[in-house]
Amino acid sequence: MRYAMAIDTKRCVGCSDCVVACQTENKVPIGFCRDWIVETTTGTYPQLQMEIRSERCNHCTDAPCVRACPTKASHYGAGGIVTVDHEECIGCKACIASCPYDARYVHPEGYVDKCTFCIHRVEQGEHPACVAVCPTHAMTFGDMDDRMSDIFKLVSRRKWKTLIPEAGTRPNIYYLI
Amino acid sequence: MSKPVSRRDFIRLAGLGAAGLTVASPFFDWKHGEILARDTMPGLYTKRTPTYCEVCFWMCAGWVHHNEDGEIWKITGNEDDPHCNGRFCPRGTGGVGMYYDEDRLKTPLIRTEERGKQVFREASWDEAYTYIAEKMNLIKEKWGPECMALFTHGSGGHYLGNLLRAFGSNNIAAPSYAQCRGPREVGFIGTFGEGIDSPERTDIRDTKCLVLIGSHIGENMHNGQVQEFSDAVDKGATIITVDPRFSIAAGKSKFWLPIKPATDMALLLAWIHVLIYDELYDQKYVEKYAYGFDELKAHVKTFTPEWAYGITTIHPHIIRETAREMANASPSVIVHPGRHVTWYGDDTQRERAIAILNALLGSWGRRGGFYNPAKPSVPTHPHPPYPKPKRDWRYAFPDKYKLAGLALASGLCDATVPGVSRDCNVRGWIVNGTNLIQTLPDQKNTLAAIQALELIVVIDTMPMEITGYADVILPECTYLERYDDLRISAHREGSIALRVPAAEKKYNTKSAWEMARELGMKLGLADYFPFKTQEAELDWQLKEMGLSLDEMRKIGVKKFPRPADDLYPLEGLPDYEFYTNTGKIELYATQFEAEGYPALPTYTAHEEPPYGFYRLIYGRAPMHTFSRTGNNPNLFDLMEENVVWVNPKVAKEWGLRNDQPVWLENQDGVISSSSIKVRVTERIRFDSVYMVHGFGHTNAKLSRAYGRGASDSELITRVHIDPEMGGTGMRGNFVTFRLEGAPEVQS
Amino acid sequence: MVEELITSGRLTPEVDPILHIWGWEIPLYLFLGGFAAGILFFSALFTLQNKENRYPMAVKILPFAVPVLLAIGLGALFLDLSHKFYFWQLYTNIRWESPMSWGAWTLLLVTPLSIVWAASWLEEAFPKFDLRYNWLKEILSDLKPYRKHMAWALIILAVILGMYTGILLSAFNARPFWNSAIMGPLFLTSGLSTAAASVTLLTRNQEERSDFTKIDLLLIAIELFFIIHMFMGFLASTQVHVQAAELFLGGKFTVPFWVWVVGIGLTIPAILEILELRKHHVPIFVSAVLVIAGSVMLRFIVVEAGQASRWLY
Ligand SMILES: Nc1nc2c(c(=O)[nH]1)N[C@H]1C(S)=C(S)[C@@H](COP(=O)(O)OP(=O)(O)OC[C@H]3O[C@@H](n4cnc5c(=O)[nH]c(N)nc54)[C@H](O)[C@@H]3O)O[C@H]1N2
Ligand SMILES: Nc1nc2c(c(=O)[nH]1)N[C@H]1C(S)=C(S)[C@@H](COP(=O)(O)OP(=O)(O)OC[C@H]3O[C@@H](n4cnc5c(=O)[nH]c(N)nc54)[C@H](O)[C@@H]3O)O[C@H]1N2
Ligand code: SF4
Ligand code: SF4
Ligand code: SF4
Ligand code: SF4
Ligand code: SF4
Ligand SMILES: [Mo]
Repeated sequence: MRYAMAIDTKRCVGCSDCVVACQTENKVPIGFCRDWIVETTTGTYPQLQMEIRSERCNHCTDAPCVRACPTKASHYGAGGIVTVDHEECIGCKACIASCPYDARYVHPEGYVDKCTFCIHRVEQGEHPACVAVCPTHAMTFGDMDDRMSDIFKLVSRRKWKTLIPEAGTRPNIYYLI
Repeated sequence: MSKPVSRRDFIRLAGLGAAGLTVASPFFDWKHGEILARDTMPGLYTKRTPTYCEVCFWMCAGWVHHNEDGEIWKITGNEDDPHCNGRFCPRGTGGVGMYYDEDRLKTPLIRTEERGKQVFREASWDEAYTYIAEKMNLIKEKWGPECMALFTHGSGGHYLGNLLRAFGSNNIAAPSYAQCRGPREVGFIGTFGEGIDSPERTDIRDTKCLVLIGSHIGENMHNGQVQEFSDAVDKGATIITVDPRFSIAAGKSKFWLPIKPATDMALLLAWIHVLIYDELYDQKYVEKYAYGFDELKAHVKTFTPEWAYGITTIHPHIIRETAREMANASPSVIVHPGRHVTWYGDDTQRERAIAILNALLGSWGRRGGFYNPAKPSVPTHPHPPYPKPKRDWRYAFPDKYKLAGLALASGLCDATVPGVSRDCNVRGWIVNGTNLIQTLPDQKNTLAAIQALELIVVIDTMPMEITGYADVILPECTYLERYDDLRISAHREGSIALRVPAAEKKYNTKSAWEMARELGMKLGLADYFPFKTQEAELDWQLKEMGLSLDEMRKIGVKKFPRPADDLYPLEGLPDYEFYTNTGKIELYATQFEAEGYPALPTYTAHEEPPYGFYRLIYGRAPMHTFSRTGNNPNLFDLMEENVVWVNPKVAKEWGLRNDQPVWLENQDGVISSSSIKVRVTERIRFDSVYMVHGFGHTNAKLSRAYGRGASDSELITRVHIDPEMGGTGMRGNFVTFRLEGAPEVQS
Repeated sequence: MVEELITSGRLTPEVDPILHIWGWEIPLYLFLGGFAAGILFFSALFTLQNKENRYPMAVKILPFAVPVLLAIGLGALFLDLSHKFYFWQLYTNIRWESPMSWGAWTLLLVTPLSIVWAASWLEEAFPKFDLRYNWLKEILSDLKPYRKHMAWALIILAVILGMYTGILLSAFNARPFWNSAIMGPLFLTSGLSTAAASVTLLTRNQEERSDFTKIDLLLIAIELFFIIHMFMGFLASTQVHVQAAELFLGGKFTVPFWVWVVGIGLTIPAILEILELRKHHVPIFVSAVLVIAGSVMLRFIVVEAGQASRWLY
């Protein structure tokens, strides 16, 4: 099983609903976030292109944050997701420094926090909060090892990219382009 | 087109709908590796209560979820709701912040110093009601009950409207007409005999070509519409966006037409010209349903794409190509009427041109065009007849705005300003859920009206600009703490939605229902308020429909299947009678002609920015609603302030850098009271600057929003009034940059 | 024009707009670790070479500073932890892939060993010091025969510790400026140079001073070589590395780095040392202090600059 997310940059309007939903669902303190929006415009008026991405931890298959962690607090969990065990985290921030995507932050309570793929919901058969809320259905979550899954089909059918492939992290978030 | 459903049908249909509800969706289907939607999950949600969202006027129905301690935790959409399909927008999701905002109004307040100075004392509810009732009675005695007016926007309006009508006044207005979609309704009624209404009857989901004139869907976050928009994008519909700014929608469009602002009419006329003279229009449809084609044809003869090029800066071949795209998709094409359309004063006529385009493309009443909404009818409690007012707001505007279908908020404001020759000015205002200072253009005029009042009562949840001018502030509890009027909505399927309190009232606040009733009692209008509790009233209403409050509590939304298969009534070109004078689609508007307005739309040139000035255009940010969410802690976190978009060429000329604070000064010398940061971006034309409406709060009690960004409203001092319906065109203002210091300090 | 706009709470404290998770604590920790490693290295090396009497300061006296330096360094590390009361979790895991982990373990080994090491020199280093307790004296004299063993262990641990202070950073692929193989050797050299400089500063033995001045000169030369090599490496690498290097070649770290570290921390002391070796009259402490200060600056600037460098996408 390999959990993954496909995020459709064509459908996404950059509304940041996924951010608010994550904040309320996961009680992310105000002023912090586990996901965020990047809106890139290129070109010169009036020849412009725009790409909008909802970003979060890529749950890298080869995660530098896991390697950097001195305590195993950052580890691979069910379905390959990368999670942080708060009780094991000492707050050394090595994982933050090691993440090319800046996906982590120090929670005011001291431990390091980031996207969990809402595993608490997934275990209960629910979509992650951001996926469930997205008004444009830009996000698809599921098991990439299952050839019948929506996400597998979508990623097989569409053109996609991952972020900073040259960092060698092998992300599990696919941006459909 | 939509036929009212008879009561008996209704109950039967209601029963059917309830049966459908027991089909709940199951768990994770691991075999297919797919998580199916489910909205309850033991352990994840301890308790939930139904509501519909009040953060904007799309009114999505949803669920409020509580945490282990029973406190409000989060809000999600109701799967059965056609407005949201189970998904809220960022503002709705962040609605929890409305409840938790510690800056809220917490108790009734009575003014102790002059208006505009924020000096109030706390008062008891009874004291506040007594104060208001005395003043209202005084106004009634001295000038007549018609001299009371109600400005209202939001769900409490129905109850306060009942109060005002019972008191003897019909002067009830919402800013969503003359400051928003009024021209659209008038333009479409003048053409098709019916308006567009809210939610818009646009069948975006199934369209093959969507033309957006300004309409910035995606930033304009009206939920269902955004959902359908991205469906359409995904399905490969051609999107054509006409906007001086590279909007989010433009970013998803096959064609972005960066039009010179204020010239849309020329483009529309040129499109009409091409459709007609290149014979691209839906000839059968037009022949069957349209009235005045020949007049139209003659009228647009000279409005060629070449002519429009000089005006709009859009190349003739692009105009032709886009016209062909529309025709190819016809009838599954929507030239979107927009929503906030009070731009340049000729807005009703521009909307007429849009309506005509749609008629030529045969999209009205067809799949992928404009559908026919169904609306359930919901009984209201019987009450004694309202006293007949001797006059209403129209009286103040003889021979003007004759096509206005609803009262004008700006009109009521004008009718308050003394010195105009009329026998009675408005003397008392109740302002509910509208921040008139930020909402109406020409603030000086609004303030002049306010200073002339005998009484101004403001009902709000937050300390806002308008509350600073109130004599009495009545704090309403947030929508998460109250029952409300049923949401009755017209859609592909009609539905109703229930709002119940998700939490005890946090402060000494009341709902509009309670205020209307209690004030009504004080005014001796008890007969108009037959129910002791709102629950009893809702239960009565629902029982009349064969439902009950308890049942609705469990489902939140009740849908009513269409009584007849007439979602697309003009599919297959049946005989059909429109609600117009001629019974036809009026390309040539006889109603307009009868009232002395042009029956066919014409281009009029609008003033252009003087040297060194730029047209001030404005719009929405997806995570905020007007001025109401600026202080919402959750949404503030996403966007703290607005910025002014400046083209790099302009920035270079002025030496402006990103994030540099500037002050804006308009053509009348009005300078923004706070600074605004520059955003240098290719996404805007060089003759305009853009900012999101709703920022630059001047009420210091807003601990987060105060002084953040600048207010577009402040700079809109020149208003171009729509002659047909009194809409306030707000985009004829020009600003220049001031690089330093706020010269006048405002309190 | 390319415009990248990040919305939505993405002003995360300590992450945006540039990473600044590490303030003064980590660079101080790295400096002290490197310094301690340098001292231990020389002390152990010259013990093995039986030069303890030729270099009394380096071999016998300076090691007494090591436990103190390490304690302060560990204290700084501890202060930096944001979830302090879980500190012990460092020592319930061994994570070879994590420089943070093996650094912690190395310190755990080095610190007690350095105490024992220093203690074994107590009698010789401070002959006037009276231990009072006989049993302690006995233990200390029992240690002496094991010095060579300890020295071997210390040399290895010192190199690991010294390299580690650089590798901790260079292991972060995500921060292009840190991500250079030179970082470990550079920090090791810098640590050795600091130790050498402090010997020249403190010793009263003329021979020791001039030998260590030569050593230091050599180390400075190596450092300069590494630095130039590092930048050439960056400039020959991917765009992100070029951008990282540009922080120092016209970017905001240009002056602090080239003036303070390379100029005042390396070149000027080198010149002074050359002058001194040629028997010109220069105040000896100046070059040593500059070397030490330059070495502190190096850690601070590298830690800061690495956080400011990022991948582009
Ligand atoms: N997030 C969010 N969504 C909202 C609201 C909100 O407050 N927040 N409010 C809701 C309400 S009540 C309304 S009425 C709607 C309004 O939303 P719309 O009906 O979409 O409003 P417009 O005024 O059409 O949109 C503003 C756009 O018009 C462009 N524009 C400016 N001048 C011109 C011009 O001369 N010609 C053309 N073609 N374009 C021009 C601007 O660049 C901008 O992109 O939004 C609704 N949705
Ligand atoms: N300059 C400029 N003016 C505009 C527009 C623009 O884009 N630019 N847009 C126009 C359009 S399209 C529209 S629809 C109007 C909208 O105009 P308004 O509806 O007036 O918009 P808001 O500024 O959101 O003001 C809403 C007020 O309601 C209060 N409120 C929120 N919730 C509640 C509640 O539950 N109960 C009560 N009693 N009060 C509540 C808020 O605190 C706030 O004071 O503005 C129009 N005016
Ligand atoms: S909620 Fe969906 S549409 Fe909105 S920003 Fe997130 S991914 Fe994009
Ligand atoms: S994105 Fe960052 S935090 Fe997430 S797994 Fe990859 S390296 Fe770790
Ligand atoms: S901060 Fe916590 S999770 Fe991150 S590396 Fe250190 S111990 Fe591991
Ligand atoms: S999967 Fe869950 S934790 Fe991750 S960004 Fe989405 S909502 Fe947040
Ligand atoms: S569109 Fe958003 S803000 Fe408006 S009612 Fe729906 S959820 Fe609420
Ligand atoms: Mo509106």
